[in-house]
Amino acid sequence: MLPQPETLTAQQTPILEMRGITKHFPGVIALQDVSFDCVPGEVHALVGENGAGKSTLMKILSGAYRPDAGELVVRQRPVVFDHPQAAQQHGISIIYQEFNLLPYRSVAHNIFLGREPMRGQMVDERRMVQDTAALLEELSVKINPTALVSNLRVAQQQEVEIAKALSLNADILIMDEPTAALSLHEVDSLLELVLRLKRRGVTIVYISHRLDEIFRIADRVTVLKDGRVVTTAPIAEVTRDDLVHLMVGREFDTYFPPRARPEDIKGPILELRGVSSGSSLKNVSLTLRRGEIVGLAGLEGSGRTFLARVLFGVERLDSGTILLDGQPVRFRNPQQAIAAGVGFISDDRKAEGLVLPLSVRWNMALPSLNRRQKMGYIQRSAERSMVQMLSESLDLRAAGADQEVQYLSGGNQQKVVLAKWLATQACLLIFDEPTRGIDVGAKAGIHQLMRRLASQGVGILMISSELPEVLGMSDRILVMRQGSVVAEFPGETATEDMIMKAATGLTTNGANGAEGAEV
Amino acid sequence: MESTFSTTQTPIGQRLRRLLSKVPVILIVLLVVLILIALVAPTFYRPVALLNFLKRAAPIIVVAIGQMYVMLSGEFDLSVGSLITVCAAVAANVINNNPDNLALAFVWVFGIAIVVGLINGLIVTRLNVPSFVTTLGMLLVLQGAISIYTRGAPQGGITDNFRVFGRGNIEGTEIPYAFVIMLLVIAIGVYLMHFTTFGRRVYAVGGNPVAARLSGVNVGRIKTTAFVLSAVLAAVGAVLIAGFSGVSSLSVGQGYEFQSISAIVLGGVALGGGRGNIAGAVMGALTLQAMFSLLNFLGFPLPIRLSVQGLIIIGAVAIAARRGRT
Repeated sequence: MLPQPETLTAQQTPILEMRGITKHFPGVIALQDVSFDCVPGEVHALVGENGAGKSTLMKILSGAYRPDAGELVVRQRPVVFDHPQAAQQHGISIIYQEFNLLPYRSVAHNIFLGREPMRGQMVDERRMVQDTAALLEELSVKINPTALVSNLRVAQQQEVEIAKALSLNADILIMDEPTAALSLHEVDSLLELVLRLKRRGVTIVYISHRLDEIFRIADRVTVLKDGRVVTTAPIAEVTRDDLVHLMVGREFDTYFPPRARPEDIKGPILELRGVSSGSSLKNVSLTLRRGEIVGLAGLEGSGRTFLARVLFGVERLDSGTILLDGQPVRFRNPQQAIAAGVGFISDDRKAEGLVLPLSVRWNMALPSLNRRQKMGYIQRSAERSMVQMLSESLDLRAAGADQEVQYLSGGNQQKVVLAKWLATQACLLIFDEPTRGIDVGAKAGIHQLMRRLASQGVGILMISSELPEVLGMSDRILVMRQGSVVAEFPGETATEDMIMKAATGLTTNGANGAEGAEV
Repeated sequence: MESTFSTTQTPIGQRLRRLLSKVPVILIVLLVVLILIALVAPTFYRPVALLNFLKRAAPIIVVAIGQMYVMLSGEFDLSVGSLITVCAAVAANVINNNPDNLALAFVWVFGIAIVVGLINGLIVTRLNVPSFVTTLGMLLVLQGAISIYTRGAPQGGITDNFRVFGRGNIEGTEIPYAFVIMLLVIAIGVYLMHFTTFGRRVYAVGGNPVAARLSGVNVGRIKTTAFVLSAVLAAVGAVLIAGFSGVSSLSVGQGYEFQSISAIVLGGVALGGGRGNIAGAVMGALTLQAMFSLLNFLGFPLPIRLSVQGLIIIGAVAIAARRGRT
């Protein structure tokens, strides 16, 4: 083995290697020639934006997906994970964001599920509890082995997951956004636990976009962007700014329609003053004008979608004022919001946007049914011509208006969702991730439609996690963090770095370091 | 509706198969049963016998159409059988052998039905109790209530002007009132289901309640209305059944909850809602009744109906699951 003085870790033999992994999905390259390795006892951080390929990589490691090309090497042996238990058999455990615990069984039962210590024909409860206690003790975790998992806090459930993984003799642990649901204090104890595991020789792949954590625990960091590895470097050799830049820096290769000219932007359609709701929204004030597209950027969980749901009458408003076209409104349900001219394009098309077993026509007509009825009787010819017109103007590709929407492609499904709201002739449209999971061609079509609507005087609030989309589409950009709007940039001059820093709290880091760590 | 693929040249066998796959299974089953009946009992097809068959099928069809709304919206109504018993007993008690009390009896019967439907709907939608539990509870509550109300045996008695709806024919013809009422209920059912905003919303609520709500559908109101419709049609069924078989027992409505559900499942409504139509429900109910007739002609004892029904429910859902439709 050749000594390589520039990195300490490279002197050791990797315990886990991914070599040239490529994975395609129809129309998308999720991973392109990704190589990645870990040496024993290393904490290797994996960072990247939403959609950079982190979760695909993890699914390959777990055996959920098989790569189209490339190989997986564990302990110097090429391996093929063709079923979810295969990774386990090679000593790899994955701690998902959603835990795989049985809520109404005890901690001990969960840890020894399927391999309970037996005494004769009976489960040896006492030994199971003792072994669990010993295991938790070893990890310096204070949890009662007989407690029900459902009674534990999220952080404790996570610790149980980790203990379970280790009891399965896993020495490679993959953690996916482990701190996403934890409080500040819990994050600290989790990071300490990670460091203890590392000292015990456990290898950890740590996926997170919270950069502060990475600098506290990682030995090396690999940045993924658009399905490729941008860099792998020892943590000491990079700065936060480097990482942000590496994560988002990319060439513009998508065409966006031209922005609104100042004279196209008219009076305010939506004004929020000091809007708060629980712990999800804190004192949000903003203005959206007719003819304008305002981009709402921020990390997942920063309150963007919650804000949209408050505006649409799905979630309750605790305090503050919402003015729609100058009138104070307080919607108690979506019917009221729709009647007042608000439309909401949810980010989860299948769960919230469409009734999958129903036809294109019935889906398109649903929110605007009241516009084409007399005493409840549906005016079918009006409905048919409306559907015909919208399908043509949106270039919908379906076998016909009676085709069930579940058989359409993602892009065409999204067009049906858009058509629903066009049919209501809304004056305010809230788009949540308008082009998520849609191929490039359909994306451009949806972007053009949004701009056309804006130019017709519709106010558009666009929530998006895709920074190029935010930058390319918005006339103004608002950045949310922890339930508040923390920054505003003009669309023309904003950069990905500016947005990312505001979204992660790095700009206020000097003043408020502790808060920055939680992001 | 099946997914549509472009039709290119395919062997005749495949095209035939594709054509066949568009014919509802229930229609084939119904035809097979009717053919078997023709072989066993050709007299079945004399007009009078046929009308008589339809008269007997009318209550199931009427109750099944009500149940259909509830099931399309994604719920169950297990209380219709008990409600039928309650309605029949109340009618007998209110009429009390005096023909002048007919109108009052209808007010009571339909009033009770509306209240029961509302309670079912509000418990399911406001208190979020699964309809399976809510209506099972209602079934027991009604059974208990009727035993107390009648002190264990039917009181009063119905008069001919009430009986005529279930038993009589339109004067000067062989056409039973029950048949006309059934056609009327089917017509209204089809209209509501397939021509009104209410029907659309029922489908949407059953297909995806979250998306329906976010499209401005008042999910709670739609489901509650469906429960009220189911209860009201159960009351119509009660009038037909009481007229046809009298009110001599406290079990006149027994089994109608499962017969209506069997009919609808046979008719191709997806459990969990969102799919199905009135034609399917009617054909399902006819098939069920025809099977009962067939078993009767073949000389099987009456209780075998229950077993057949059980097998039908399981079989129909298994077939639907195989086709990936539930």
